[in-house]
Amino acid sequence: MTHQFPALSPEQKKALSDIAQRIVASGKGILAADESVGTMGNRLQRINVENTEENRRAFREILFSSDASINQSIGGVILFHETLYQKDSSGKPFPTLIKEKGIVVGIKLDKGTAPLAGTNGETTIQGLDGLAERCAQYKKDGVDFGKWRAVLKITSTTPSELAIQENANTLARYASICQQHGLVPIVEPEILPDGDHDLQRCQYVTEKVLAAVYKALNDHHVYLEGTLLKPNMVTAGHSCPKKYTPQDVAVATVTTLLRTVPAAVPGICFLSGGQSEEEASVNLNAMNQSPLPKPWKLTFSYGRALQASALAAWVGKSENKKAAQEAFRKRAQINSLACRGQYVTSGKTDTAAMQSLFTASYTY
Amino acid sequence: MTHQYPALTAEQKKELSDIALRIVAPGKGILAADESVGHMAKRLNQIGVENTEENRRLYRQILFSADSRVKKCIGGVIFFHETMYQKADDGTPFVQMIKDKGIVVGIKVDKGVVPLAGTDGETTTQGLDGLSERCAQYKKDGADFAKWRCVLKISDNTPSALAIMENANVLARYASICQQNGIVPIVEPEILPDGDHDLKRCQYVTEKVLAAVYKALSDHHVYLEGTLLKPNMVTPGHACATKYSSEEIAMATVTALRRTVPPAVPGVTFLSGGQSEEEASINLNAINTCPLVRPWALTFSYGRALQASALSAWRGQRDNATAATEEFVKRAEVNGLAALGQYEGSGDDSGAAGQSLYVANHAY
Repeated sequence: MTHQFPALSPEQKKALSDIAQRIVASGKGILAADESVGTMGNRLQRINVENTEENRRAFREILFSSDASINQSIGGVILFHETLYQKDSSGKPFPTLIKEKGIVVGIKLDKGTAPLAGTNGETTIQGLDGLAERCAQYKKDGVDFGKWRAVLKITSTTPSELAIQENANTLARYASICQQHGLVPIVEPEILPDGDHDLQRCQYVTEKVLAAVYKALNDHHVYLEGTLLKPNMVTAGHSCPKKYTPQDVAVATVTTLLRTVPAAVPGICFLSGGQSEEEASVNLNAMNQSPLPKPWKLTFSYGRALQASALAAWVGKSENKKAAQEAFRKRAQINSLACRGQYVTSGKTDTAAMQSLFTASYTY
Repeated sequence: MTHQYPALTAEQKKELSDIALRIVAPGKGILAADESVGHMAKRLNQIGVENTEENRRLYRQILFSADSRVKKCIGGVIFFHETMYQKADDGTPFVQMIKDKGIVVGIKVDKGVVPLAGTDGETTTQGLDGLSERCAQYKKDGADFAKWRCVLKISDNTPSALAIMENANVLARYASICQQNGIVPIVEPEILPDGDHDLKRCQYVTEKVLAAVYKALSDHHVYLEGTLLKPNMVTPGHACATKYSSEEIAMATVTALRRTVPPAVPGVTFLSGGQSEEEASINLNAINTCPLVRPWALTFSYGRALQASALSAWRGQRDNATAATEEFVKRAEVNGLAALGQYEGSGDDSGAAGQSLYVANHAY
């Protein structure tokens, strides 16, 4: 292992690094619009809209035909395969519509979970077969980054060593293949918020998982400057009786990242998990206001947390298009402020509350 | 592994973190005065001085009687066991002299290298037996940090996977035990400069070694904020035909660290290896003016590179003691400036001419 067989030329590295920097440029984050057909079905059902290809197309058109100024808040959009090949009402392909605004187009590349036999209901992710060819085709079709979601959960027996190591390994294989084809891989090791565990437990597990992920990326010769990370924030489980403030979440999350994510990684784009739109923005803002050092951008890659209001405003009616777009624009702008630590929530001045919690950071 | 069994209390963590930050406070670095008896023999031999305990005491006295000027550039001194219990002519214990200057006392705790059977001349490092008791005693006797040196070498077949894994593991065990006893572990995975390999090869190997070290530290539940790293700079082998500028060395070094050393580590204190005094200072300065984001302190832990001139000025004569001390203070101040990126060099073409040689980091 002592000889390097360079995986990428300097030109390839520069191209990947430039793409990554564009996606997480100051004040920008990612719109995760890559819900699969099934997941989109859940979203549409909530607003009593039928899950047809046309309805899925119509809703995505609302998002992607937002005014060009949305590019101040959105650096990248993740698409599902179907959506990449859909067009707006004037016949313009969605990737073109998005790229015209200077926003980078991404694609969901994984093919869902598969069970790990012998574990307590744990999974790995499939999608490596033929991945190189798929990446090459997507690159031709206008895509510059990929996304792959691995899933882990916290219980008294999980995540197991096998689940951590297997998911880290598949993430690293996916990342390596992406880079060979000029796609920046977003690495997503999601630890679900399900459960009654407290904040410390989530922090501990997240640290172990991320350490394994970065060791795997190193083993697989992945060029970190040409990747992005999409982790969960460090939070208590959904049914944890103890409540924590956004500052608690911020300090626990940033501390975890400082212990595991090399500074070479240009950006960390949090998933919103089960958080409400406002919660996801307030937590992101608290992180960016934290006095802890942050050598990477801390931004968003939100699905529900960017689209919930827009969906509710639309309810499937084309006359609601403007209202839906406005709802989306508002959330995008709020998250843009949050990733610069400039989001002032209505009402409370919580600077005093924040101060007293930061001295305790070494307890994390 | 999903449950945490905290290795340290909040108070223990704070103490370790405070010690580490004091050692690498801005503009400060470490004097490595921990040469073993055998090592000192070589040094004293070179200036025609007999290797007696008294001569070793006299020589360390020269270093430790430096005036208050060293307070702003020396944050820590590493002792050898014998030296911890020696005194100055006036009866003041050396440990006392150092602490009175506000400098932190450290102790070498490894017991040298031993061969790894079945490898191409590779080694691991011993010293774990009874380490806990030794650390507890050293802590009582005034030490607040420790050092443990592992050694790897670059050749056609080395470092092997075993050597990397074994040395990383032993470093992590040492670090864990130190922290249990209130001692900040300096983690030193030295990759020797021997050989004709080029800069890229050293960078590649250094990245692999450091990734393994930090995975091992994570596995062993080591508190990163209460550690320091003492790595080699990334340089070509001594016998490499190609020459590199200090800016190239800086870029390769900082890039390697950015890809592997979590930002939670408060400081990186480089070893000087075979570098001359001036070379070690110029390179450190280039590292601190490198245009990449550097989230840790980047400073020195120099032995030869701080003492060479002092040794030759002394030559074993008491009359030369003051002049020798002055030589040491001079080098200490120069390196203090280099740690701030403010050292202009001894006159050659550094400074402005140097800037243009920073090749963009995607070439690394």
